Amino acid sequence: MSKETPLWEVFVRPRNGLSHKHCGSLHAADEVMALQAARDTYTRRGEGLSIWVVPSKSIFASDPDQTAENFDPSVDKVYRHPTFYDIPEEVGHM
Amino acid sequence: MSNALFNALLELGDDHLILGHRVSEWCGHAPLLEEDLAMPNMALDNIGASRNLYTYAGEVEGKGRDEDQLAYLRMDREYKNCLLVERPNEDFAHTMLRQLYFAAFMEPYWQAALSSTDETIRGIAGKAVKEMAYHIRHAGEWVIRLGDGTTESAERMKAAVVEMTPYVEELFVMSDDAKACAEQGILPDREALRTQWGQTISNIFDQALLELPDVKFPQLGGRIGHHGEEMGFLLAQLQYVQRAYPGMSW
Repeated sequence: MSKETPLWEVFVRPRNGLSHKHCGSLHAADEVMALQAARDTYTRRGEGLSIWVVPSKSIFASDPDQTAENFDPSVDKVYRHPTFYDIPEEVGHM
Repeated sequence: MSNALFNALLELGDDHLILGHRVSEWCGHAPLLEEDLAMPNMALDNIGASRNLYTYAGEVEGKGRDEDQLAYLRMDREYKNCLLVERPNEDFAHTMLRQLYFAAFMEPYWQAALSSTDETIRGIAGKAVKEMAYHIRHAGEWVIRLGDGTTESAERMKAAVVEMTPYVEELFVMSDDAKACAEQGILPDREALRTQWGQTISNIFDQALLELPDVKFPQLGGRIGHHGEEMGFLLAQLQYVQRAYPGMSW
């Protein structure tokens, strides 16, 4: 089955102004069917305004064994957080 | 007039209820999990439209019957649905073709009904027209893939075309009640939708490597209550709970 219907990752944008968010995966024969299946599987309760589907095999993931060397070095660098600035109210969500 | 409108609304309501019920029979049996969600989605679109149509029919009739009484408490000869929608599911090819045939008719029907003289009809049409556009896409994509797919899927698709196509003509036939409503501008003229139906189907059939056969003997009779033997079994399942526990609500 996985040969005829490979796996796709589904990204849904809930509202204008927000970004697409990964919400799950599904099996489908091609991109048209994957979009339809995504519509029927992940937007049945009014969750979205836009859908992206991506072949799962196109996604390259970081190696869990390298988690420490990838992410630990940033832990002690608080100066990278822009928390030393006052952001005016009018700017809103950044 | 109100009697003609009542009957014409039943024709429409019964088409949607019976097709919705047929599609709902797939729930839990679809070939893929994704399709197991898609098919009940389509069934619920059809059943939702039938609820609106029955509720309005009950108001027009003015005898206090509500959607449940019209849906569940009539005898088989009182149902006015066309024969196409009651045809058994058979296989996935038959089911998708039946959905496509029906939606390819109803989409332009509701489109035309958007300019009805009747406000309630315009409201029902506004919701249904989007649902039918999606049914055409969903069922159409499957028809294309099965028709131009494996040897077996192509054979099954061709068999479905042979079996289902004789039931299409009934979609276009105008009962006296439908004619009376069309003359008042309340409901669209079914006859006028042949070209649009034909275009939708030929676009899809060209890609699906299918041919629409000439039909010498169209199958008619559903509108006057002459149903196939499968209809009795369908209604037995559909009406069971309401018959066993009259007036039950949950």
